[in-house]
Amino acid sequence: MTARRLFPIALVASLGVALLFLTLPLLAIFLESSPAELLASLDEPGALDALGLSLKTTGVALAVIVALGTPAAWLLATRRFRGHALAVTLVELPLVVPPAVAGIGLLAAVGPQGLLGPALEEAGLELVFQTTGVVVALIFVASPFYVRQAQATFAALDPELLAASRTLGASEARTFARVAVPNALPGLVAGGALAWGRALGEFGATLVFAGSLRGVTQTAPLAIYERFSSDFTAALALSAVLVAASGAILLGVKLAMGPGALGGAGARG
Amino acid sequence: MKRPLVAAALAALVAGCGGDDPRAGDRPRLTVSAATSLTTAFESYGSRFAPATARFNFAGSDELAAQIRQGVKPDLYAAANTKLPDQLFEEGLVEEPVRFAGNRLVIAVPAGAQKISGLADLGRDGVQLAIGAEGVPVGDYAREVVGRLPPARGRAVLANVRSEEPDVGGVVGKLTQGAADAGFLYVTDVKAAEGQVKAIELPRDLQPSVEYGVAVVKGAEEAPAAREFVEGLLDGVGREAMRDAGFEPPPGR
Repeated sequence: MTARRLFPIALVASLGVALLFLTLPLLAIFLESSPAELLASLDEPGALDALGLSLKTTGVALAVIVALGTPAAWLLATRRFRGHALAVTLVELPLVVPPAVAGIGLLAAVGPQGLLGPALEEAGLELVFQTTGVVVALIFVASPFYVRQAQATFAALDPELLAASRTLGASEARTFARVAVPNALPGLVAGGALAWGRALGEFGATLVFAGSLRGVTQTAPLAIYERFSSDFTAALALSAVLVAASGAILLGVKLAMGPGALGGAGARG
Repeated sequence: MKRPLVAAALAALVAGCGGDDPRAGDRPRLTVSAATSLTTAFESYGSRFAPATARFNFAGSDELAAQIRQGVKPDLYAAANTKLPDQLFEEGLVEEPVRFAGNRLVIAVPAGAQKISGLADLGRDGVQLAIGAEGVPVGDYAREVVGRLPPARGRAVLANVRSEEPDVGGVVGKLTQGAADAGFLYVTDVKAAEGQVKAIELPRDLQPSVEYGVAVVKGAEEAPAAREFVEGLLDGVGREAMRDAGFEPPPGR
């Protein structure tokens, strides 16, 4: 009898603790300084450079992720082939790899002394210390978030819908472009938002692989880290912008796509 | 300005990392926040330090100072300059700092590289430099050296900076990976990198005075052990470990 009563109480209590734990650090960012102070410390060229660079690099990275990831996810969702499970696992691997390890791996692969270093140098493509290098790091860490979600969404499409399209004579390419993608759009947008959010917060891989230089490779998270030791209020201000932006991305997707957009499709995957 | 929430969060973080395990014995646990360039020397000293079990938190000196300002309380703070400990002392956060070591700034290049043979090469077109960020001692010393060059040459060197790293570890990494052609490091970092980077000495008149300061943090839980640690650094096992790692005595000692 008491156990039956206790269990719901325990559920509510654990949710309460979880919510408090998860929101307090983010709330504290806004409470530690006055809004006026935060705004004032954003008004310096370095902070705006960093935010602009973050916007630019995450935008390019997201475009590449969507362009490459959508067909790849379609293939993974609609075909079963030898090594399918392996391919899915490999795509997901960057999710669990620590960001600094991702940076070291990128250096070992496409750094100046890396496996493909000489080939890239011959092609005149420089990544380390370049904005392009930041984009490469972002694509590496963020693409699994999109591909996973896109694959789950494609797999959950009504098979009869796709069959009907083919019966009516549409090629697979046409079915993909005209039927599958439009119908999967909410899930794809949700996946894109997750990837964008991850890219916006990327720190370790960028620092290790691309370095940190204002206006070139110093994205907002790197600028926050630099300011932590010199100007804590400025670090808070940039953090507040990132929290607000990330929150807005998440909320926007939830509102636009309905309550099931993030939770639902993910659960099906 | 007080920031109790952030201070509490940081304090909780540090305490959490500590994980006060009562079974660890009666030896006190000494928590030391130290400049990254002290890693080899302090780990060697720590393993031989009898009065306490020393645990180290290595990062850029400026970042460690910022943590202390936010309410983090290690027992001891050791920095790669004297400015930061002096500032914390003036702010009433640490006891009076002691100078315990000297070091030499050098130009560091990847071991096998031929591109850079001296200061004159750093400003050449196409040279990529990785140096410490502003505020990190190794970055400030580097800027001090560059500032002593004729203005045009100094500007050329700074224009070749491709990355500003948060501590010496970042600079070492960029060099060993061949990402950067050169950077400024301490001679002890070159020694610790075990043959992966090579040092090129700076001309005497450009050499900045690199001094390390250490201070017991006010209100430190293990203040007595922290003071013993400092004593050993000045004259004892710690000083030996520092010498083995290539550090010099503090200037004037």
